[in-house]
Amino acid sequence: MSFLRRRKGTDSSKSQNLRCNIVKEDEKNNLYESPRKESYNSKKWSCWDSCCWFIGFVCSVWWFLLLLYNTMPASIPQYVTEAIKGPLTDPPGVKLRKEGLTVNHPVVFVPGIVTGGLELWEGHQCAEGLFRKRLWGGSFGELYKRPLCWAQHMSLDNETGLDPPGIRVRPVSGLVAADYFAAGYFVWAVLIANLAQIGYEEKTMYMAAYDWRLSFQNTEVRDQTLSRIKSNIELMVATNGGKKVVVVPHSMGVLYFLHFMKWVEAPPPMGGGGGSEWCAKHIKAVMNIGGPFLGVPKSVSGLFSVEARDIAIARTFAPGFLDKDVFGLQTFQHLMRMTRTWDSTMSMIPKGGETIWGGLDWSPEGSSFNCGAKTLRNNSINNTDQIPNINLANMKNVNYGRIISFGKDVAEAHSSKIERVDLLDSMKADMLANLTNCDIWIEYHDIGDHRIKAVADYKVYTAGSILDLLHFVSPKLMARGGAHFSYGIADNLDDPKYQHYKYWSNPLETKLPDAPDMEIYSMYGVGIPTERAYVYKVTTATDCSIPFQIDTSAEGGSEDSCLKGGVFSADGDETVPVLSAGLMAAKGWRGKTRFNPSGIPAYIREYSHAPPANLLEGRGTQSGAHVDIMGNFALIEDVIRVAAGATGKELGGDHVYSDIFKWAERINLQL
Amino acid sequence: MASVLRFRKLCYVESAVKCTSVGYESFEIDEKLDEKEEDVLSANNFALEINKKRKQPKRQPKEWRCLDSCCWIIGYLCTTWWLLLFFYHCLPVTLLRVPELPGPGVRLKREGLTALHPVVLVPGIVTGGLELWEGRPCADGLFRKRLWGGGSFTQIFKRPLCLLEHLSLHYETGLDPQGIRVRAVPGLVGADYFAPGYFVWAVLIENLAKIGYEGKNLHMAAYDWRLSFQNTEIRDHALTRLKSKIELMYISNGYKKVVAVPHSMGVIYFLHFLKWVETPPPMGGGGGPGWCAKHIKAVMNIGPAFLGVPKAVSNLFSAEGKDVSYIRAMAPGVFDSEILGLQTFERVMRMARTWDSIVSLLPKGGEVIWGNMDRSPEEGHVCDFSKKSHSKTSLTTNNVNNSDVKRGFLVKDLANYGRIISFGKPASVLHSSKLPTADSKEFLRTSTSENFNNFSCGEAWTEYDEMSRQSIQNVAADKAYTTTTLLDLLRFVAPKMMRRAEAHFSHGIAENLDDPKYNHYKYWSNPLETKLSDAPDMEIYCMYGVGIPTERSYVYKLSPNSRCKSIPYQIDNSVHGEDGSCLKGGVYFADGDESVPVLSAGFMCAKGWRGRTRFNPSGIATYIREYRHKPPTSLMEGRGIESGSHVDIMGNFALIEDIMRVAAGATGDEIGGDQIHSDIIKMSERINLGL
Repeated sequence: MSFLRRRKGTDSSKSQNLRCNIVKEDEKNNLYESPRKESYNSKKWSCWDSCCWFIGFVCSVWWFLLLLYNTMPASIPQYVTEAIKGPLTDPPGVKLRKEGLTVNHPVVFVPGIVTGGLELWEGHQCAEGLFRKRLWGGSFGELYKRPLCWAQHMSLDNETGLDPPGIRVRPVSGLVAADYFAAGYFVWAVLIANLAQIGYEEKTMYMAAYDWRLSFQNTEVRDQTLSRIKSNIELMVATNGGKKVVVVPHSMGVLYFLHFMKWVEAPPPMGGGGGSEWCAKHIKAVMNIGGPFLGVPKSVSGLFSVEARDIAIARTFAPGFLDKDVFGLQTFQHLMRMTRTWDSTMSMIPKGGETIWGGLDWSPEGSSFNCGAKTLRNNSINNTDQIPNINLANMKNVNYGRIISFGKDVAEAHSSKIERVDLLDSMKADMLANLTNCDIWIEYHDIGDHRIKAVADYKVYTAGSILDLLHFVSPKLMARGGAHFSYGIADNLDDPKYQHYKYWSNPLETKLPDAPDMEIYSMYGVGIPTERAYVYKVTTATDCSIPFQIDTSAEGGSEDSCLKGGVFSADGDETVPVLSAGLMAAKGWRGKTRFNPSGIPAYIREYSHAPPANLLEGRGTQSGAHVDIMGNFALIEDVIRVAAGATGKELGGDHVYSDIFKWAERINLQL
Repeated sequence: MASVLRFRKLCYVESAVKCTSVGYESFEIDEKLDEKEEDVLSANNFALEINKKRKQPKRQPKEWRCLDSCCWIIGYLCTTWWLLLFFYHCLPVTLLRVPELPGPGVRLKREGLTALHPVVLVPGIVTGGLELWEGRPCADGLFRKRLWGGGSFTQIFKRPLCLLEHLSLHYETGLDPQGIRVRAVPGLVGADYFAPGYFVWAVLIENLAKIGYEGKNLHMAAYDWRLSFQNTEIRDHALTRLKSKIELMYISNGYKKVVAVPHSMGVIYFLHFLKWVETPPPMGGGGGPGWCAKHIKAVMNIGPAFLGVPKAVSNLFSAEGKDVSYIRAMAPGVFDSEILGLQTFERVMRMARTWDSIVSLLPKGGEVIWGNMDRSPEEGHVCDFSKKSHSKTSLTTNNVNNSDVKRGFLVKDLANYGRIISFGKPASVLHSSKLPTADSKEFLRTSTSENFNNFSCGEAWTEYDEMSRQSIQNVAADKAYTTTTLLDLLRFVAPKMMRRAEAHFSHGIAENLDDPKYNHYKYWSNPLETKLSDAPDMEIYCMYGVGIPTERSYVYKLSPNSRCKSIPYQIDNSVHGEDGSCLKGGVYFADGDESVPVLSAGFMCAKGWRGRTRFNPSGIATYIREYRHKPPTSLMEGRGIESGSHVDIMGNFALIEDIMRVAAGATGDEIGGDQIHSDIIKMSERINLGL
């Protein structure tokens, strides 16, 4: 009988039902033949027992395998990989060490938004026991355990953009701050490991960790982060025999470092008082990875309705799942409330307005990007002959300039055919209509239905009018952000108003420092469709929800259309469009311009995206995606070569796949 | 209970229903049949058939049942465990929290204290984490993983030899060996916990955070504690980094001076730093003579090893301490036999002798401080092991009475602390005139004549292997060594190590501090050979635990094992004194915090630096804060909130409160000046040191 039970547990063949009957019969027989008290219960136990048996069996086998795995020499997995894939190519660090490269210039990393770890230093009752534990980064275990408490601690003060009373959340310091974002999900770790191969270590590498939720100047006000970075760079230059540092910022860190370079030369109290030659003395090169110099459209959708393409797609698959108040959580509203207290998200609103991002009927990208690339890269070469056709199909109307349009037809119609109700008029018309009693504070509840309607009636927003829109729907947020960031283009850079720190992170409103020997690199991935413009709709849901969401039903005509799920895509690295990452190096700073008076050489290094060939490669060694590019061997090699002393020319100068130079020509930016 | 019943039930059922292997096979066949003729064969028939087979004589192999029940048990336990775990995680967090004792941080916050002076923590030896940056193939996959401290020490168990190799330094240079780079873990994580759950700085950090400290005004000066102090600067620029950090914190916190809190060896490291920073380059940091006065408010030394620790002697001499020799006594053979050919001791000694920093902890000041053959400053100290740790009776009164009156009677048991190493109990007790003299010239003679001999053991591991049997016995022949002759002894048994280390450390007493030779860095970490910097507003605290028997001197014997590559000496753990004697298991104990004797921790504050002396020309104020050891009263307290032992004192609430008050702006007089439980003042009086 025990056999029967066991087999039933493990075997899932067709005859299971049959055998269950057998068991029953069997037990009846048992009753007749050998009447025992136990067999009364045995029917009830049998299932439970076999479950236990099964679990026990699986556990034991698992532990046994684990034991074997642990006692195994550490090099076996590598042998296995090599056996399957053939010999591995040397990682760039090993390769370059063989070439004889060694430590030369100290390296400073500047992590971007979201990737840096944050830890708790002081909290409310609900966060007891989390002292100096990571709230952000790491395992995110607390997010699941006490989501509301977590969101509360991650939020900043609504008015000041600094700590709320009684809560202190601070950035993790040191290389551990951003080497891995979550367990196994590297950010800087691969680059660090490869640099270590040629001899880098703690004294020659520095992670400029900062609280990425704050506006840039506030990191100095609250934590003196900019002073620390300055002091650390000076220290590294001094202890490494006067060798200048190579700075490697990523994502938002690019803007942060731009801010730093202005700050450090500005006189106190607003600046660091390093004097006008500080950058020339201390910095050899700034190697921007995936830099959103001119902002990212993603941040608009993030601020406007807390969604991005990924979430919008999840919404279409499981409508109602995220929107319903499951467990009364109101996920989105909490998220929105939290992210809106972060000033830093506003640093990435598209800058330069219509001049850069395109107006109602034109955009620098025109229609040259082949959105079919996504399918193309999977089928490799076969499709190449189809490209002209695809381009023709797309040629029609991709109005990237309209960053937000309400309805697909509006997105595609010519501007003369769109009826728009002026936003400013309706703004005057009604103020604070009906305040709803939602317990969650987001500004959408302060504005009435009229205004929501007015927003939708305006229909189309360009990069210029998007600011009006955001000012309109969330005035307090934008008022706070406006004190720290600016999104325009300077007419006259010598105007004394540009000495204010709010312009420092906008490359179109600052001059680069006077450091002709410095080098600026723009390194980014290309070949991945990247969010560029959105089609929105007004939701008809209840009071306490966000009134706008991406219209995921809006699809382009053909398969290769750039409009997918309410999002127009353009070329980029999945987060930052090429336009934003490359324009400054391609045009704004190329040669001696008014933005670059000392003629700092600028280089563009593009990395064409190739997805990992198989699972063994993990996130790929040739990836061009925004974060995965940090593991791109070609990029790592470039960084290491420059750190070991090479110049941009020695690297090979520009390295361009996209049409960035063509687009740059279309942009009418006074230099 | 229910599960046990169920298990028994199951066993019973199984033993009753015996399936033969024949039955098993036929069952398999039937199964195949069944699959083929599923439609044809009715369930009832099938069942009957099986029952028929059941009735045949059944012999089931026994191991099947056993395995099954094992699996069942494991499965059952796992499921229950998971269920409980699940419930545990579902429970609200606050329900489960053990009501913790509110630390001093909470109370002081209520009093209105807030962060004022930035705080620099300087960890001691061993407690700081080390991580791998470059290694041999055997350490694959450990890049930037902790080799020492912090994590679980699993790697040590997995590949012990590899680890030992990587933690060793180069024997000649005292720096990295070829192809290996092991570096200190930076930041607060470097030394907050030594192992999971074993706090070092964590409690202090947490309490400081309560009154507003955070990353910008709290800094852990992590350094590679294996290196000699000056080498941390040469290799890692650790001192320059510390200087720059202090300057930055001073400026960015509104020009508030820094409170430094060094612990254990960190104390002499920081002493070295204070000299280094004011010395002009290239040897020093070039901060100029006013640097300390400008940047440092107070140095709060915890468990300071100013004058060294005797423990370092036994560690260097035979790689053992009190604890190890106890284990040896309990289970002889565990360590000594070559289990798996590991030779634990020899390998550990080989590693430890490459660490210069241990040499910095050798007793300093020679016979003047630590006593000679017949007298020692602590003499008359009464040890009472049975009650010591629990009794709250004051030791001081005892000692005062005993010290002179009973001296005559106690001669036999009088601890001759001055003889830091004696071979055999007689050598430790007899009057010096009856002992053969240990003359350093003798060493020199032997070393020239016969120290080079048979290298029969192949590759030499420790320098003992290069010594002849004869000289090993000469060393031991009924001799006793004081701290002065001890250095000669070490120079004799480990000439290369001492040559390397003595380029970095000195253990004497300066005759004339203005002698230009004292500008060399090797004197900077010895408080008896340096002047404190000119900073009259600075304060120096000596904070340490008292009331725990602490190793002070040793009785050695020749190791019975004369095998190759073994350590020829070991602590003679069979030697015990009578009741109330300070000698136990071959170790003489004195008052202290389990690692550092009171003498070493308190003397400088009690005498050497008190007032204006030649060691303290500007008259920096010194305060002694002693904390009497009280073991934790219950398990809830963990390692105790009133502990006085060397590391556990970092969780002592009274000590934490003192530090926090000073960090929040109080001066030494405001927190109550001296607080003395031991007879350190008396001991200091007996020491004849020219001030």
